[in-house]
Amino acid sequence: MVKVFIYPSNSLILSDLVDRFGHEPLAVMHEIGKKIKTAGLDSPPINITPEDPKKGLKYAAVEVPSGVRGRMSLLGPLLEEAQAAIIVNGPDISFGCMGCARTNELITFLIKAKNIPTLDLEYPRTEEAAKDFVHQIHEFLAGLDNIKTSTSDQTSGDE
Amino acid sequence: MVEEEIINKMVVLNSTYTLPSDIVIKIYESKADVTVKETCFGLIIRGTISEVNMAVKEIRNMDPMRIFVKERGVPPGDSYRCRAGRGGGAKPGFHMHEVENKLLPYITGALEEIEKGIPYERPVKSHDITIERLKEIINEEAAQAK
Repeated sequence: MVKVFIYPSNSLILSDLVDRFGHEPLAVMHEIGKKIKTAGLDSPPINITPEDPKKGLKYAAVEVPSGVRGRMSLLGPLLEEAQAAIIVNGPDISFGCMGCARTNELITFLIKAKNIPTLDLEYPRTEEAAKDFVHQIHEFLAGLDNIKTSTSDQTSGDE
Repeated sequence: MVEEEIINKMVVLNSTYTLPSDIVIKIYESKADVTVKETCFGLIIRGTISEVNMAVKEIRNMDPMRIFVKERGVPPGDSYRCRAGRGGGAKPGFHMHEVENKLLPYITGALEEIEKGIPYERPVKSHDITIERLKEIINEEAAQAK
């Protein structure tokens, strides 16, 4: 079983397909769940606390907007765990928690810099495109079975 | 003894054969120690990782190509996320769900093809127009305009 980072990270389709084809999806929902389950001063549980942009400094410089750093505090740990990635470019749903264009660019850059097996796709809009989308993901995930489980972490440090 | 982590999973149905109520009954039958909430899109299951995963595995077998599952951060009926307590409006995650829901029938079709082992040929993508071809078109149009 390989840990596959998915992007957009809250995608039902990607999360389901990765799980269905026998791998572990790394999605932001799990990180949000941790925040909600962990007892703390921030009650009611909020997704991003003032502490998070500080954690995000590991991935982006201090002059980068706090929104980027806050998001990176959730997505960064997932990226570090990732052994493979599926990136869907140009989704309609680039708003809300996935709505920061600069974070999206940074995530894509960090995935490329990590040098892990990556599948780049376009979001499907027609039946034929959706079929192609699923078949490509199936082939990619089937090919991951041979991947070494110990992927070295190259995400942090150089940026 | 280490306590097992509690997780929530969202089950989204795209089926005319299976109803959320059928799935709920299946979970009751399985005696899995989970909390289940029936919703308009399917259901939300909450419990320990092993119990939830076991329940999800059983659910998937009911209608494997039309049942989609993803993890969810917040528990079912969470008062801070529920619209009843927030004065209405779309629930966080609704927009993503709305967009992806339209694609689910296509995804089901593709999954059925994979299940049946139907060989798939990737469609040949049309290439972008070359600069030479663009020049030809411009010249043709210019000649017609004269």
